[in-house]
Amino acid sequence: MQLESLYQEIILDHYRHPHHKGLREPYDAEVRHVNPTCGDEVTLRVALKDAGAEPIVADISYDALGCSISQASASVLSDLVIGKPVSEALAICGQFVTLMQSRGEAQPDEDVLGDAIAFAGVSKYPARIKCALLGWMAWKDATAQAMKDDEPS
Amino acid sequence: MTLDVARIRKDFPILDRTVRGGQPLIYLDSANTSQKPRQVIDALTEFYERHNANIHRATHELGEEATEAYEGARIKVARFIGAADETEVIFTKNISEGINLVAYSMGNASAGRAGPARFRLGPGDEIVITEMEHHSNLVPWQLLCERTGATLRWFKVTGWDGQLDLSTAGDLINERTKLVALVHQSNVLGTINPVREIADAAHAVGALVLVDAAQSVPHMPVDVATLGADFLGFTSHKMCGPTGIGVLWGRRELLEEMPPFLGGGEMIETVHMERSTFAPPPHKFEAGTMPIAQAAGLAAAIDYLGEVGLDAVHAHEQRLLGHALTQLAAIDGVRILGPATPANRGTAISFEVDGVHPHDVSQVLDEHGIAVRAGHHCAWPLHRALGVQASTRASFYLYNTLDEVDALAEGIRQAQRFFQVT
Repeated sequence: MQLESLYQEIILDHYRHPHHKGLREPYDAEVRHVNPTCGDEVTLRVALKDAGAEPIVADISYDALGCSISQASASVLSDLVIGKPVSEALAICGQFVTLMQSRGEAQPDEDVLGDAIAFAGVSKYPARIKCALLGWMAWKDATAQAMKDDEPS
Repeated sequence: MTLDVARIRKDFPILDRTVRGGQPLIYLDSANTSQKPRQVIDALTEFYERHNANIHRATHELGEEATEAYEGARIKVARFIGAADETEVIFTKNISEGINLVAYSMGNASAGRAGPARFRLGPGDEIVITEMEHHSNLVPWQLLCERTGATLRWFKVTGWDGQLDLSTAGDLINERTKLVALVHQSNVLGTINPVREIADAAHAVGALVLVDAAQSVPHMPVDVATLGADFLGFTSHKMCGPTGIGVLWGRRELLEEMPPFLGGGEMIETVHMERSTFAPPPHKFEAGTMPIAQAAGLAAAIDYLGEVGLDAVHAHEQRLLGHALTQLAAIDGVRILGPATPANRGTAISFEVDGVHPHDVSQVLDEHGIAVRAGHHCAWPLHRALGVQASTRASFYLYNTLDEVDALAEGIRQAQRFFQVT
């Protein structure tokens, strides 16, 4: 049945038991993104940590109202990205966006995307792609703001 | 008059198709856009195959035929809603444009060359709307208030029963009120508002009344004079007609005084490099090439609804509605936004399913071939007022059946099982 390919067990698990949820201190940037078609929203904070050549993602914390796909996606995102150097985290985000735009045709790399490969089925449902991307776009925006604030002025 | 739904369904070719791997289509999204009968599809095809030309300016036989089709549609619309005559009927691209036409015309009357006093707005003037408006009848007035310094005020809703709180009417509608804009039938709650009562209060203080009839005109006989409206808008695509054309009706004396909205071809009387004068209404408000084939399609839709009979449509929908409200109320964890009984209510039923997000409800329904809408249905402030983030909406029309209502109820139960909330 198609529903199971969309709502894979991994997605439902993350939806029922989201990881890293809740807003935490300290943080370098906070953003609020909404999906205007349904009113779903996420408030997301990013904390970066200096680690030599480039900063790493020290923490992602978030508060979200939304459907199973958007909630699970934010949970998977934080699992994947916390602890990674920013450039590597952005590369993962890039691969996730590509997967979402693939209309179900992509062969996602599990080594890079981990649990996020479970969202491959979502890319076949155009109306749901925004749900899956909501947390990721918020994270990208928050990270860009945190990096900018970090630059010497 | 009763409606033979099996015969009606044969008129709608799309109802024969299957979706999501061979399942019959159960289309419960008519408040979003309705399906089109063969008669309307044929009218569009016939226009393009036989009569296509531009209107009013083509001095040839096709031009005459196209003009006749377009102006004939205007006459049909006028009769359909009880307009004094067809010059009160302006074609727009949809109802959003119709409402914006009034808002921008009032804005133009308020700026530069000052226009007639009753259309002029400034600080101290007030526009009154309601909390249950579609964004189309809300945002244009916010923008107009920003441009002119006028104040936007609104009727609140009483709660989940989905009524307007009329106890504040005496305060809201006062000598500062220039316009009251409200929805006839809510696209979320289904509530049919007491338009006449509010219109009478507005007229008593000299305010104008604009009615958003997008959800009522397709489903019941609507008469502009009975409602007491000064302006009334609706859109073709929700009443079996094509997309791309809507209607703004306005009282003739108002349309004559109002400044134009869009400038361009066909809306002028004379043009000089320095200034122009304008055609009489309705052409003053119809700049550029209009949706001509779509007007022919709208005329066919009006003929179609006329042959079925709007009273019969309404009676059929009341049966569907009664059954649906009972079926949905019987499901644990389902809460209906708006009136719980069919009286004074349209067929849009929005609901919450405890523990399952509307997107997820609609996804499971879609998997069973059932098309509904999920989200805030372009009425975000209403959802906020009810403390609901979003809802799922099923809406019925003349081609829906009692069996489809049962399928909806079963689909909701399947969504609850899938997300393990029961």
